[in-house]
Amino acid sequence: MNVAPISWFLILGAVLFTIGTIGVLVRRNVIVIFLSIELMLNAVNLVFVSFARQLHSMDGQVVVFFVMTVAAAEAAVGLAIILSVFRNRETVNVDELNLLRW
Amino acid sequence: MWIVIGIAAVKTLVVIAMVMGLAGTLGWIERKGSAYIQDRVGANRASVFGIAAAGLVNTIMADPLKFLTKEDVIPTGVDRLLHTLAPCVSLFPVLVAFAAIPFGDVLQVGGRDINLQAVSLNVGILFILAMLSLGVYGIVLGGWASNNRFSLLGGIRGSAQMISYEIGMGLSLVAMVMTFGTLDLQEMVRAQGHLIGGVLPAWGIIYQPLAFLIFLTAGIAESKRAPFDLPEAESELVAGYFTEYSGVKYLMYFMSDFIEIAVVAALVTTLFFGGWQIPYLLRDGFHFPWGTVALLPQAVVAVLQIVAFLLKVVFFCWVQVLIRWTLPRLRYDQLMAFGWKGLLPISLVNVLATAVVVLLLQASA
Amino acid sequence: MNPGLFCILAVLLVASALSVILQPSPIRSALSLVVTLFLLAVTFLLLDAQLIAALQVIVYAGAIVVLFLFVIMLLNLQEEPRVMARFGTQCAAVLLGSLFLLALVRFAVAPLRPPASAATAGMAAAVPPGFGSVATLANLLFTHFLLAFEITSVLLLVAIVGAVVLAKRRLV
Repeated sequence: MNVAPISWFLILGAVLFTIGTIGVLVRRNVIVIFLSIELMLNAVNLVFVSFARQLHSMDGQVVVFFVMTVAAAEAAVGLAIILSVFRNRETVNVDELNLLRW
Repeated sequence: MWIVIGIAAVKTLVVIAMVMGLAGTLGWIERKGSAYIQDRVGANRASVFGIAAAGLVNTIMADPLKFLTKEDVIPTGVDRLLHTLAPCVSLFPVLVAFAAIPFGDVLQVGGRDINLQAVSLNVGILFILAMLSLGVYGIVLGGWASNNRFSLLGGIRGSAQMISYEIGMGLSLVAMVMTFGTLDLQEMVRAQGHLIGGVLPAWGIIYQPLAFLIFLTAGIAESKRAPFDLPEAESELVAGYFTEYSGVKYLMYFMSDFIEIAVVAALVTTLFFGGWQIPYLLRDGFHFPWGTVALLPQAVVAVLQIVAFLLKVVFFCWVQVLIRWTLPRLRYDQLMAFGWKGLLPISLVNVLATAVVVLLLQASA
Repeated sequence: MNPGLFCILAVLLVASALSVILQPSPIRSALSLVVTLFLLAVTFLLLDAQLIAALQVIVYAGAIVVLFLFVIMLLNLQEEPRVMARFGTQCAAVLLGSLFLLALVRFAVAPLRPPASAATAGMAAAVPPGFGSVATLANLLFTHFLLAFEITSVLLLVAIVGAVVLAKRRLV
């Protein structure tokens, strides 16, 4: 075999996605949680591009285009929220942002 | 296969030599040019055996040696990895951006056509945009890694300015892409070899004068040169984001500044002034519109084109030096207002107008 | 893509992704993310997705992560004493993560592993001309995906307005 089969790319995507998930669950800094979410989105992009290459269809790349756009919009709004929260609560540690807990 | 790798290596070395030569020449032009504009003599003290070569020895030999032998001061409390990484990250994109810029047409050697461009990319413009976007990191990291309030302020201001003017730059590039119908820089330069009405060379500035002005302004703002140099304002923020850097790291920041000037000049030349094109010079010689034909060997044509490219780039570097030492500095809020409320709407209108004209021409053709 | 090249890229990608979640300093996490995005852009280039690779560098590495760095710098976030959750939460997270990975590989990837010849068939075959180029993507974007394109532009407008409103200081 002289090319990497698609399953390798899918496993790599799954590993990156899992690393991102663990990052979201384990880290306490809101910004690093956001970075882990971006990592998850990028793992999904990798899977889409691999499938586009496997099936010789450009639809996968168009979906990646939209995922990137939505990620940009989400990052902008999310960081704006973090800024406002920081101004009020002086912290970005999720353990301390617990006003809405029961 | 080894021949292909060898050719690529030689082209890369040529581009690196060109870039370093341009950076050194630009340093000399800056010091001497600014001196003549300000009615003084400029740097001429350093000399070798009494030959000072009008400041060349000073700028090209003495200054780099001085920077290389100075002590590297790292302030306490900084992240050492980031402090060392920042100048490298600043230098990398501007050096690499030169790889996509064509410095000549083909060179026909031994039956093989060598494209005189370090890397032949069919998405050349996107590559340039990507490298310019990466230039922000040098500023951000330099400001953060200095453990210094003024550096941080300079870094934040600098990166905000760079990302604001990237948009105007990108939109003027979009207008050029629409005009020439391709993203490949070599194809764009070749398309500028046509003659309008058989007489006028079809250079980009004739099609897109407004995009030229927008691109030049945005490019000067991207490289944080005066009048947009508040992030490194010498009289306001000490030295802005590279206050805490000395020795080789300062030299790297300095060089990345100059190489970025060269990159902007090279892009302006490639997109708007025909790149390596000399009017009426085709691959086999001069073909004047009034009928005279002067045939030349292909190697001579290639050399002429490379020289023409370099002369045009040096000219636009000189234009940027001239602008720096003539115009006063913009205040930061004026700078941001100009970028967002001035350049962005104008470039959008330009894109719209270009689109309308292109569609009308396509419909009538 | 060459299997050897893929293995090198995969190792580097996993290393930089682990660096993103394990670094105590937020700036170093963000820089590790930039490295990851760069490596992914290289992977996209090798998968014949030139425009997507360029967009990855311009949009993700050149704008989104710069925005992150901006916020980190504005809030002046240094390293914190308590970086991660309690040890119990860490164990649970890693355990759940591994289970999730195993489930993904078993149920999503494995069924896609047809006989060896067919698995590489699509990847080994040459792509049609113009695959991954700007013109092809733009054609699709403005014909089949036009509605999504228009909605995305409205989404971006909403995001801009929202970010400006949320981040504005209240003028008391």
